[in-house]
Amino acid sequence: MSVADKRPGRLWAWLDERVGLADLEKLARKKQVPVHRHSIWYYLGGMTLFLFMVQVATGILLLLYYRPSAEEAYESVQFLMAEVPFGWLVRSIHAWAANLLVFTLFVHLFSVLLLKAYRPPREVTWFSGVGLLALALGFGFTGYLLPWNELAYFATKVGTEITGAVPGVGSFLGRLLRGGSEVTGATLTRFYGIHVAILPALAGLLVGLHLYLVQKHGMSVPPAVERSGAAPRVMPFVPNFLLRDLVGWLSALAVLAVLAAYLPAELGRKADPFLPAPAGIRPEWYFVFMFQTLKYLPSYVLGIEGEIVGIVGFGLGGLFLLLIPILDRRTARGEPGRLFTWIGVAIIVYMVALTYLGYAASATK
Amino acid sequence: MTEATLEPGPSRRAFINWFLGTSAGAFLLSVLYPISRYLVPPEVGESTAATVTLAIKPEDVKPNTGQIFKFGSRPGILIRTSAGELRAFSAICTHLNCTVQYRPDLSHVWCACHNGHYDLNGKNIAGPPPRPLEAYTVNARGNQIVVSKSASA
Repeated sequence: MSVADKRPGRLWAWLDERVGLADLEKLARKKQVPVHRHSIWYYLGGMTLFLFMVQVATGILLLLYYRPSAEEAYESVQFLMAEVPFGWLVRSIHAWAANLLVFTLFVHLFSVLLLKAYRPPREVTWFSGVGLLALALGFGFTGYLLPWNELAYFATKVGTEITGAVPGVGSFLGRLLRGGSEVTGATLTRFYGIHVAILPALAGLLVGLHLYLVQKHGMSVPPAVERSGAAPRVMPFVPNFLLRDLVGWLSALAVLAVLAAYLPAELGRKADPFLPAPAGIRPEWYFVFMFQTLKYLPSYVLGIEGEIVGIVGFGLGGLFLLLIPILDRRTARGEPGRLFTWIGVAIIVYMVALTYLGYAASATK
Repeated sequence: MTEATLEPGPSRRAFINWFLGTSAGAFLLSVLYPISRYLVPPEVGESTAATVTLAIKPEDVKPNTGQIFKFGSRPGILIRTSAGELRAFSAICTHLNCTVQYRPDLSHVWCACHNGHYDLNGKNIAGPPPRPLEAYTVNARGNQIVVSKSASA
């Protein structure tokens, strides 16, 4: 408290009159974080936010060398990796932070799901979080194409074709995404615009809403902890929780540095529309559970094309995930209920099992 | 109606609200319509050529091999069966649009993306593909291979 007791300096006073620093300080001092045996999960959201900031910073750096056309994209990334000082590091950090971000985002989502932090009044916080998951997957999908290599080319062909199989509006959406009827340089330019302008703008808005709501409602205490009747313990956000948060950020940065230094991002071969898809082709790991499901679906299920069954199934799954706060009436009423806990566990088991199978299965059988 | 004539205020308010609402709606439409049209790219005239002469000599295609060729802007696959017969199909997998390849170890066509298999008539025989590959007609005229879209297809 010694800092607060000091008489404010002249700069502080000048700024306070114009910006209202004292109000902000009061807000920061008032904020408290509950302490209980599940508090560790509170750090995942902050780590995801940190990785998002890393992505913005490294993404801006990559923009300085990247050229978004089918003729130049691959060569510009090659130049960045081989010639530009620390170009390999910036691109590797961008690629690895993307993967870590999706990972921490999933852990954050499932911890919120299992601890039932989505219950009233935090439904909109959950909706904005699921929206951010969709944006993160969109970032991953569009960013994957930008180096214009063989794997990215076919992953994009398949991914946009899947959009095209959506009943009704599919062919329109497919054309809209591809910027034509095929994956070409027009698709690359379009994905570039989506990746560096449209998605960042949307993500900025949603992150802002998400953080505002977290600030407004405070951290959710799990119902099991609430019901245990123990006297609630808290810690101040500034500085106690913030410093712990920083440890989380630094751990993420350390993991990132190790991965980027020892396993730098690869570039592969340049995309060629007149070569067959290479054996062992596979999307980014966070799409593998869906990819593997599509492989297992037969060509027809009850007279409907297997791919359409898969796509509609995953679409409905996403809608279900979004609507969980509305569907889980028991938790909303404050009653104990295991159903949505088991659904959450089932989703995790399904995703982990199918991802494992996707990596374990032989590429050529 | 007598209520409305006695109190002209609310109906005038309702009219102004309706007027502002429709103006705002018309303004939004006039902005969103060009944007939505702008986002959908114009149709580019696609190559409608029904025949293509390949830059591959017949003797360069060994038995039990296949290779990709350009049919307009799309890939096709030319195969010489173990028996020595030349066949050609569209190389676009009917499942999700990947480019297929010939697997000499299986002696048939395979798609790496989702493990789809097609026999030497282009028929989908295993995995997720829902339809056969489009078959082309192959003519070896002397030193040239000419591939054309089948008249029956």
